[in-house]
Amino acid sequence: MTNKIAWVLAMVLVSACTPADHRENNLDAPFERLQSGYDLLTPETQALQDDTFSNPGYLWVDRGAALFGAGHGYTPSCASCHASGLIGAAASYPAIDTATGQLLNLEGRINTCRERHQNLPALEHESDDLLALTVYVANQSRGVPLSVDTGGAAAAHYANGRDYFFTRRGQFNLSCHQCHDQNAGMRLRGDTISQGHGNGFPAYRLEWQTLGSLQRRIRDCDTGVRAEPLSLGNQTYVDLELYLNARANGLEIESPAIRR
Amino acid sequence: MASIRLSVPPTAKRGDVIELKALIQHPMESGYRRGSRGEAIPRNIITRFECLYDGERVFAADFQPGIAADPFLTFHTRATQSGMLVFRWTDEHGESWQETAMLMVT
Repeated sequence: MTNKIAWVLAMVLVSACTPADHRENNLDAPFERLQSGYDLLTPETQALQDDTFSNPGYLWVDRGAALFGAGHGYTPSCASCHASGLIGAAASYPAIDTATGQLLNLEGRINTCRERHQNLPALEHESDDLLALTVYVANQSRGVPLSVDTGGAAAAHYANGRDYFFTRRGQFNLSCHQCHDQNAGMRLRGDTISQGHGNGFPAYRLEWQTLGSLQRRIRDCDTGVRAEPLSLGNQTYVDLELYLNARANGLEIESPAIRR
Repeated sequence: MASIRLSVPPTAKRGDVIELKALIQHPMESGYRRGSRGEAIPRNIITRFECLYDGERVFAADFQPGIAADPFLTFHTRATQSGMLVFRWTDEHGESWQETAMLMVT
């Protein structure tokens, strides 16, 4: 009799644990299938993203293409070095800059290039010009799976980004992990919680009515849990971008994506 | 600098109905929103769009504050003769942006 009860209890425990097992045992790869935010859009919004004419993100891609090819007096244009474009380059960002050992996201790489090779001032975060150049470069990797490197000099940044992801913060005392790992796919305020991948950024968010960077999106999340957001370009945010892209490795870049 | 994207078929048969698409970058700020410090964000919208085909107006629209940012229009006209299509947006302060495309009618 006792044996029977123990057996039933054991079965109940096993069945209760099974669905959560994968998530709990693989904290850094919690999903059996990576799901892009694209899958959570309505068919109409998906169609808007897929149409490379009416997708408003392409206004910035056009602008970025013009900036990429434009010289500035005595300084070379981006295109004079990167003549054949930068296909696939965005998939490996954030990445370590070999000259300084600093971890750079795509925006940081573009600004570093401007200062180091073009003798131009860095562009302001979220300025139309920086977004345009970033999305122009990211768009050349549309369809390329993310593949960031988290080893070597990047390992410490990865650990810092991971730490930010798992730390509870704000008045709501929530970590990124609690929404985007543990409760991804569940409903929150009339919307579905995404897996929190940055593969569509810079993305055109309907809420913003404009194009914005992944860091702007992360700031919105921090504000959402009533935590004080970090400043744009903050190194911890770049580290977090590395962690996010590492857990999304294999997911195709969609930039400029449309997101709610 | 406002980015503009146009979709105009390069050629058409006389009498064909052709589809024209126009997208412009503009904030279309409604005037009903407030900034993070509570200050009113002044209204800033495009109020008028016109499309001229060979000098003749074939489509026009009045925009209101409820129109979303980066307004996108799709409309149709009948191809009559080869000519220039002029797309012109004018905002409430009188500033205007224009882009043209050539249509060859065979």
